[in-house]
Amino acid sequence: MVTLIVNGKRSQVDAPSDMPLLWVIREKLALTGTKYGCGVSLCGSCTVHVDGQPVRACTTPLSAVAGKKITTIEGLSAKSAHPVQKAWVELDVPQCGFCQTGQIMSAAALLAKNANPTDADIDAAMSGNICRCGTYQRIRAGIHRAAQIKKGGA
Amino acid sequence: MATARTTRVRVSRRALLKGGLAVGTGLIVGFRLPVTGARTALAQAGTFAPNQWISIDRDGAVTIVNSVVEMGQGSITTMPAIVADELDTNLDNVKVTQAPANPKLYGNPVTGAQSYGGSRGVRDHIDMLRKAGAAAREMLMQAGANEWGVPVTEVDTDLDTVVHKPTGRRLPYSALVDKAAKLPVPQNPTLKTPDKFRYMGKVMHRRDTPLKVNGSAVFGMDVVVPGMLIASIERCPVFGGKVKSYDASATKRIKGVKDVVQVTNGVAVVADSFWTAVRGRQALKVVWDNGGMADVTSASIRQGYIDGAKEAGQVARNDGDADKALAAGGKTVEAIYEVPFLEHACMEPMNATASVKPGSCEIWAPTQSPGGTQQTGAKVSGLPAEKVIVNTTYLGGGFGRRGEQDFILDALETSKAVGAPVKVMWTRPDDIQHGFYRPATYNVFKASLDAQGSPTAWWNRVVGPGILIQKGRAQAGTIDAAAMEGVRNMPYSIPNVHVEWVNRDYGVPIGFWRSVGPSQNGFIVESFVDEMAHAAGKDPVEFRKDLLGKSPRHKAVLELAAAKANWGTALPAGRARGCAVMFSYGSYVAHVAEVSVAADGKVRVHKLVGAIDAGFAVNPDQVKAQMEGGGIYALTALLYGAITIDRGRVKQSNFDDYPMLRISEAPVMETHILDSGQPAGGLGEPGVPTVAPAVCNAVFALTGKRIRSLPIQQDQLKRA
Repeated sequence: MVTLIVNGKRSQVDAPSDMPLLWVIREKLALTGTKYGCGVSLCGSCTVHVDGQPVRACTTPLSAVAGKKITTIEGLSAKSAHPVQKAWVELDVPQCGFCQTGQIMSAAALLAKNANPTDADIDAAMSGNICRCGTYQRIRAGIHRAAQIKKGGA
Repeated sequence: MATARTTRVRVSRRALLKGGLAVGTGLIVGFRLPVTGARTALAQAGTFAPNQWISIDRDGAVTIVNSVVEMGQGSITTMPAIVADELDTNLDNVKVTQAPANPKLYGNPVTGAQSYGGSRGVRDHIDMLRKAGAAAREMLMQAGANEWGVPVTEVDTDLDTVVHKPTGRRLPYSALVDKAAKLPVPQNPTLKTPDKFRYMGKVMHRRDTPLKVNGSAVFGMDVVVPGMLIASIERCPVFGGKVKSYDASATKRIKGVKDVVQVTNGVAVVADSFWTAVRGRQALKVVWDNGGMADVTSASIRQGYIDGAKEAGQVARNDGDADKALAAGGKTVEAIYEVPFLEHACMEPMNATASVKPGSCEIWAPTQSPGGTQQTGAKVSGLPAEKVIVNTTYLGGGFGRRGEQDFILDALETSKAVGAPVKVMWTRPDDIQHGFYRPATYNVFKASLDAQGSPTAWWNRVVGPGILIQKGRAQAGTIDAAAMEGVRNMPYSIPNVHVEWVNRDYGVPIGFWRSVGPSQNGFIVESFVDEMAHAAGKDPVEFRKDLLGKSPRHKAVLELAAAKANWGTALPAGRARGCAVMFSYGSYVAHVAEVSVAADGKVRVHKLVGAIDAGFAVNPDQVKAQMEGGGIYALTALLYGAITIDRGRVKQSNFDDYPMLRISEAPVMETHILDSGQPAGGLGEPGVPTVAPAVCNAVFALTGKRIRSLPIQQDQLKRA
């Protein structure tokens, strides 16, 4: 049994300690917003926050996150109120949407430490997240817009 | 029981009434009506459901069925909006449901199939959906006119309300539901004039965005069915190989592994978790019968193409006498173009969930072909197709890959074998290595120009496999239409044109990859035309325009893209522009690319300016989204895309050796929409074909080096 704190909720998980966090989240905790895309930290679809840092859940063993604060897309905000989520809706960023929960978690982590990201900051923080539908231009615009929303911009 | 039976009888009678009307007008109806008691998903007592697309209940709640699967192209937003516009209902309040598999009711009205590819969403459905909405509106208007005892000509609608124009009296649709349901369905309702559109042609926010920003959108991978097990399948690495024998003893010792079963596509490890199933695969010992492809390599395929290029092919087009014109002298241009196999790499790896039990079969799948999925379900379960229930989830990308049935078959066979609902999930390497690839081709070009630089001959021999032939959808020995798309119909007015095809298929599974034939034929045709322009000493845009006198729509998008990209104006040192134009899937697209090349040969695309004439842009922001997405899809292929074959197997396995373009490499993209008022064209694919040639033509303008083989090899452009 491993104790996990996911989206503020503490739970006991019965799973092997080397099981990747991704599958614990998806299959044991039934939080399916975090996606499997590559299994080897190449695509970013499984991005979650561990103690506020963006982490690829597909290569993070359960043992490494015991007792740490994990946030998934489902726990990013109540009612999709995070500035990144608001900006994404405003600009209709997603197409198929499969990678977008990971994109949003990476973007939210960026904005948490950098309220005014430049294009270069965005490139550095978001290059680990692949979007096969090619929504990059809107992701970039979405992050700039989210930064405005966060600062109280209309 | 009695209640259910009563309901059924009532629905049948209503359906029969409409069926009779449909029969009377033959097949020339805007929407197919239920025949002989067929039930629509929406026909319930107390609702007005004049056709399979619409229902309005006594509370005024409007439900519209979307048949075109949502794979990112915005169909779940755009298609219902077409109906809602003609129905004159408030789109914000409309509930949208995804159609069950039932090709008779929900099949594409042009193809008849409940299968979505070929950029057939808006263009194939718009007329039918408009009529469906307009017919319902006319029935509500007639019901209102009857209530007031006035001629229907005095009646109009205003968002979910019927209005009597002379007196201003109003009745909500909800109050007319029962009466409208008794009226005959007009077969040729009057459609709105475009100036009356509320939604079409305007900004419509995507209906699915809110679900896609909080993790609640259910993709195939996210399906949970009570009692469901999760499986992963070990597949023969060699194409066409089969299981000879396997030893699952070590696998079965792993905690959580429930069963190991052989299926058509390999050996399925069935477990309580995907991770357990994958570990179970690693412990499997499988002896494969590699079949007949174990010696096939990319080099052997290429050699086969080179040999094939020396043979005469089947003639796909022959205007004038190209051989004679080429022999007559003048300036000649010759080139060989090659493109590789490509995998779709949908962001969501293949998966499907099925529950096959005696007497029932249900499938949950991210499929582009609900109709095909139903047929596969029927084959595996032995049930009649109409008994097979198909639930289409959101698709994490489609691009043509998800029209195939292999991943559906996996789930059905595994579920049947273990007697429980099973979700079969593919790993990323499974997905990359067991695809249906965009065909690799080899293409020979020759052209001649007269003293004024005007082309006198165009000669083109395409060598490669045919998708339709390999899939048994076209007869062997015929010319594969998919292979010829974009070369046979190249638009330039040249007096002598000869195009032929040599079929060379070495067994690599091939399929429909976003924009299919034009994905490579746009590159080869538009690159070679550019070579001709330079040989003629003419500006590439002007050279094309001179040859597009008979193709005004090509010319118009090319002019628009060129103007918006400031074609012909100076750029900073180290940058250049290139252009390309093409027709595909009913739409005309031109691109102008602005590029630079680093000293190490790395190509950087700074800007892509696109122009599209899709007739009428129903959802302009999503037209832009498709152009943006098509641009990135094409750039990924151009800069990185190559599936190579070694000993009958795919060498690549994940995003390290089959890389995708990332945000840091994404250009600024502009899309300019030209509404020509012509019939609606496709949107998902036409944005792809012109990107690679526009970029390569810019690279030539900058470096003098012509890219004739994809993907771009950095070394070729390296400065010493």
